[in-house]
Amino acid sequence: MRVNQISVFLENKSGRLADVTRTLAENGINIRALCIADTIDYGLLRLIVNDPDKTREVLHKAGFTVTQTPVLALEIPDRPGGLAEIIRILAEKEINVEYIYAFVGKSGENAVVIFRVERIDDAIQTLQQGGAKILSGEQVYSI
Amino acid sequence: MYWNKEAECMDRAQLRDLQGQRLRQTVRHAYENVPTYKKKLDDAGVAPDDIRTIDDITKLPFTVKDDFRENYPFGMFAVPLDQVVRIHTSSGTTGKQTVVGYTRNDIGVWAEAMARTLGGGCTHKDDIVQVAYGYGLFTGGLGAHYGAEKIGALVIPMSGGNTKRQIQVMQDFGSTALCCTPSYGVLLGEAIAEAGIDAKAMPLRVGFFGAEPWSESMRKEIEAKLAIDALDIYGLTEVTGPGVGYECLEKAGLHITEDHFYPEVINPATGEPVPPGERGEVVFTTLTKEALPLIRYRTRDIAVMNDEPCACGRTCRRMTRVLGRTDDMLIIRGVNVFPSQIEAVLMEAEGTEPHYLIVVDRRPGKMDEMEVWVEVSSEVFSDEVKGLESLQRKIMTELESTLGISLKIRLVEPKTIARSEGKAKRVVDRRDLGQ
Repeated sequence: MRVNQISVFLENKSGRLADVTRTLAENGINIRALCIADTIDYGLLRLIVNDPDKTREVLHKAGFTVTQTPVLALEIPDRPGGLAEIIRILAEKEINVEYIYAFVGKSGENAVVIFRVERIDDAIQTLQQGGAKILSGEQVYSI
Repeated sequence: MYWNKEAECMDRAQLRDLQGQRLRQTVRHAYENVPTYKKKLDDAGVAPDDIRTIDDITKLPFTVKDDFRENYPFGMFAVPLDQVVRIHTSSGTTGKQTVVGYTRNDIGVWAEAMARTLGGGCTHKDDIVQVAYGYGLFTGGLGAHYGAEKIGALVIPMSGGNTKRQIQVMQDFGSTALCCTPSYGVLLGEAIAEAGIDAKAMPLRVGFFGAEPWSESMRKEIEAKLAIDALDIYGLTEVTGPGVGYECLEKAGLHITEDHFYPEVINPATGEPVPPGERGEVVFTTLTKEALPLIRYRTRDIAVMNDEPCACGRTCRRMTRVLGRTDDMLIIRGVNVFPSQIEAVLMEAEGTEPHYLIVVDRRPGKMDEMEVWVEVSSEVFSDEVKGLESLQRKIMTELESTLGISLKIRLVEPKTIARSEGKAKRVVDRRDLGQ
């Protein structure tokens, strides 16, 4: 039920994001979703890709600091209140959400949202009990 | 004006006799009371009786900073602790501080040296001396304090920092002389201008700046901003603290307090003396110290010694500004920093050999700033900003407590810091130090 997200440490200087995307392009890696968290001096690039292991390897070889982090991908009905329902389920169990970002593409009629949560196993159980649809890694990498 | 004309303008031949006589006493005292010195002399095959004149000094072995580390804390002392009345410290190359002790007489000699230093700027008993060096284990504050008191001047023991209050005191109490680091001098000048105060209208007349490398252009800047004469002073904790060398108003080199601290300049590679006027490592031997006699202490400071008498009439040898170091020690806001100290902290924090770079800068109107760039390795990389921030904070707290100065940590990508063959370049010093 977990999805492997690739995180890359990037200094805030011009051309670094381009270096990452070029490395991925050259290795035929497709980015499914991404988000950047930034501070004054550096940023964290988070990626969902079609092949996390290969991505980690090629970026590491290219000299980047890379780590894999387990995250959850949830299919959420694309209508008002869709996300609110998921957040409510987690909040009831006091599971903190570290960050969230959305896929650009859809899974059928549903939106796909990436969740990084504390206590990921509790979160999976709680969400499943609450009727949320969690996508597997395979499903996500091939969207 | 001299504080002690007899000593400062002594005939050279007479001075050398005095130095020889004091050297003999110092060597005997060190040999008999400090096992490290006994061993060094024995190993070198030199007996205290072999030392007759000051020229015999070259027979003696050198003392280095590591001797302090190996004898931490009090092993270099030549008197029992009940005769020691004061301790000061400076940074060691690793975890341990360099500890120095003073007897009552040593404090007296130091005050005398600082009185001469202040006399170099014509300070007398009518003066109001604002001491803005830090008070505490650092020698700057108390060193300047005792010298000014010996002269009979009015001392304002401000210690460092709190710029607003420094300026208020300077104005309200009418300070005529200032003692602080050169970078703090610049900062005070900027702050005075910003407050809309006319420095020329203040009674401040002269400043004594040391504990930090600085340049002629900084001198001009301080003199313009504070409307004073800015004089360079030299000293190091191991020898006594400030007072080892001082400029007069000719601003033509640092007069060495030679009847107490004997200077030599050597080739750092061979240990051989270099001819007068040539650049080399400065070595000091204390001639009158009781608690901590120092024999041929290698300062690691690079300078040139000038034997010509000064236009002011003083006959003692003059040293140029410190032109560089033979090791990688940095002096930041008066604090000695060794890259090895930083490395040890990073090693502890990261659990692996760290890749880091120390960047020191002196921006206009600011005190010296130190940034430590640390490469983020996969081992310490966190996917969350709060994780990286906590790493940054942890390293910063550890470093600040080890070094005793504030600094900034910047996380950088791997391979950002150039790997050179052999010894890595660990320091980028962007300050204009006139070197």
